[in-house]
Amino acid sequence: MSVEITRDDVAHLAGLARIQLDDDELDRLGQELPKIIESVATVSQALEGAGEVEPMSHPTPLRNVFREDVVHECLTPEAALAGAPASEEQRFMVPKILGEE
Amino acid sequence: MTLTQPELVPFEQALTRYEPVMGLEVHVELNTATKMFCGCPTTFGGEPNTHVCPVCLGLPGSLPVVNGKAVESAIRIGLALNCEIAEWCRFARKNYFYPDMPKNFQTSQYDEPIAFDGWTEVEVDGETYRIEIERAHMEEDTGKSTHVGGATGRIHGAEHSLLDYNRAGIPLIEIVTKPIFVPGGKAPAVARAYVQQLRDLMLALDVSDVRMDQGSLRADVNLSLRPHGVTTLGTRSETKNVNSFRSVERAVRYEVSRHAGILDSGQRVVQETRHFHEDTGTTSPGREKSDAEDYRYFPEPDLAPVAPSREWVEELRATLPEPPAERRRRLQAEWGFSDLEMRDTVGAGALDLVASTIASGASPQAARKWWLSELARRANEQGVELSALAITPAQVARIQALVDEGKINDKLARQVFDGVLAGEGEPDEVVEKRGLAVVSDEGALSEAVDRAIAANPDVAEKIRGGKVQAAGALIGAVMKEMRGQADAGRVRELIVEKLS
Ligand SMILES: [Zn+2]
Repeated sequence: MSVEITRDDVAHLAGLARIQLDDDELDRLGQELPKIIESVATVSQALEGAGEVEPMSHPTPLRNVFREDVVHECLTPEAALAGAPASEEQRFMVPKILGEE
Repeated sequence: MTLTQPELVPFEQALTRYEPVMGLEVHVELNTATKMFCGCPTTFGGEPNTHVCPVCLGLPGSLPVVNGKAVESAIRIGLALNCEIAEWCRFARKNYFYPDMPKNFQTSQYDEPIAFDGWTEVEVDGETYRIEIERAHMEEDTGKSTHVGGATGRIHGAEHSLLDYNRAGIPLIEIVTKPIFVPGGKAPAVARAYVQQLRDLMLALDVSDVRMDQGSLRADVNLSLRPHGVTTLGTRSETKNVNSFRSVERAVRYEVSRHAGILDSGQRVVQETRHFHEDTGTTSPGREKSDAEDYRYFPEPDLAPVAPSREWVEELRATLPEPPAERRRRLQAEWGFSDLEMRDTVGAGALDLVASTIASGASPQAARKWWLSELARRANEQGVELSALAITPAQVARIQALVDEGKINDKLARQVFDGVLAGEGEPDEVVEKRGLAVVSDEGALSEAVDRAIAANPDVAEKIRGGKVQAAGALIGAVMKEMRGQADAGRVRELIVEKLS
């Protein structure tokens, strides 16, 4: 099985992941990604001859795992913000948001 | 791209050439005690980041668990909208880069909504319109961002942004219609009636506080136009977070005018999200939708699938309130309202308010009268919905009871409404504090009538001569002297007694 990944595909994926790639990287990844996809695709060979097998998203047969609607204790704001690189007015501070409005 | 902005085409004129097609997406915040996937409280308005925990902050190693009550509410909403309930469905991660979710994704449902293929019927001007429901799915609300620096607290020009995650993870149900095709002139009113009906339905189900002012019910209005006779759909705009019934109606009208202007000038409608402005009734462009909007949904591995048993679904079906259309018919018959009276009541969003007022003891006509005249006028002046007025149906019923008991008259009742709305307390307290009770002292009343007769001999003569309708002038004089605090009916009786 061979997959074709165009340069535009790579640029699109990079955009989605907010990764900046230069021309060399776009070219290189355009060669490498098909190989990665092919090796991941070997998983589908496991299904050959296995009859009807449903794709699995969850490794356990658990269903309907529900929680009672009961309030638990929250973190203090100090604890919540302790791991934040920056905070202000008891809020998480993030850098300027680009490309959205 | 600097195309000149095409002129708006007046709504009615646009309809002569184009047919509007709408889609409505309504987000309802559930009234569970805790968030969708953790036990943090959902109470509105806490100090920033006080309703957060490792789960809703997306800290490493934390695991979400579904709130069973939220699933129950989702199923009941689905059933009330005549939907199928999924035998089996999963949550999905909606991946995006925006800091309103600390996890870098929002937990939602993608192609496996818990409820799908439903319908509901709304009434506008006595006509019934069927709205097809595409799906109702479970998801979580996002945090609140504040943009610092720059001009107006908007993202553009902001230096940085601050995040409060108290709202992140609050259970939401998103209800999505199929394309709505109704006669163009009715589209704005149908959109409004639909959102209003969803609000009433959520209240009847007791699954949400549906406070539009607090954002617990928000509507997105999707709209496209197509020339008459064309069967394919045009390009749509998505107007986000339209936060009142009236705004839903105005947003539809405005977008029809705007789209028609673009199409008339030969330009193309851009598929984009738009913001609605309450003050001007207009919309402005937001994000342009492009292929970059790819959320890369995948099944949420940390949450077990939801597979509601048919027994559970039937148990919940048995808890449903009466369907809205049936309820309207029943109430109209019970109250003895004419079609027009009922239509006005429903149109004003006063059905539940009138029903509660009647349940508190007022007569149907009295309840309708206060809500649709006095209170509707005040709501209009304040630019709010009737339900947002600071008065309860029980208080309205009490004011009517005071009138029925003869303690106050209709004119004084208006002052009692003023007092209650101004936060001066219960109706009885307002009557007391403002000294509004009608004068029931027969002696004082009789003397006032005598003075009025003496001061208006011509009028008195006419009444003596049999022209009883002339009594109005004397009643007016007495009421003026008593500063409105007299029972006009009793005054009339006294005048007629004295002059016959
Ligand atoms: Zn939490």
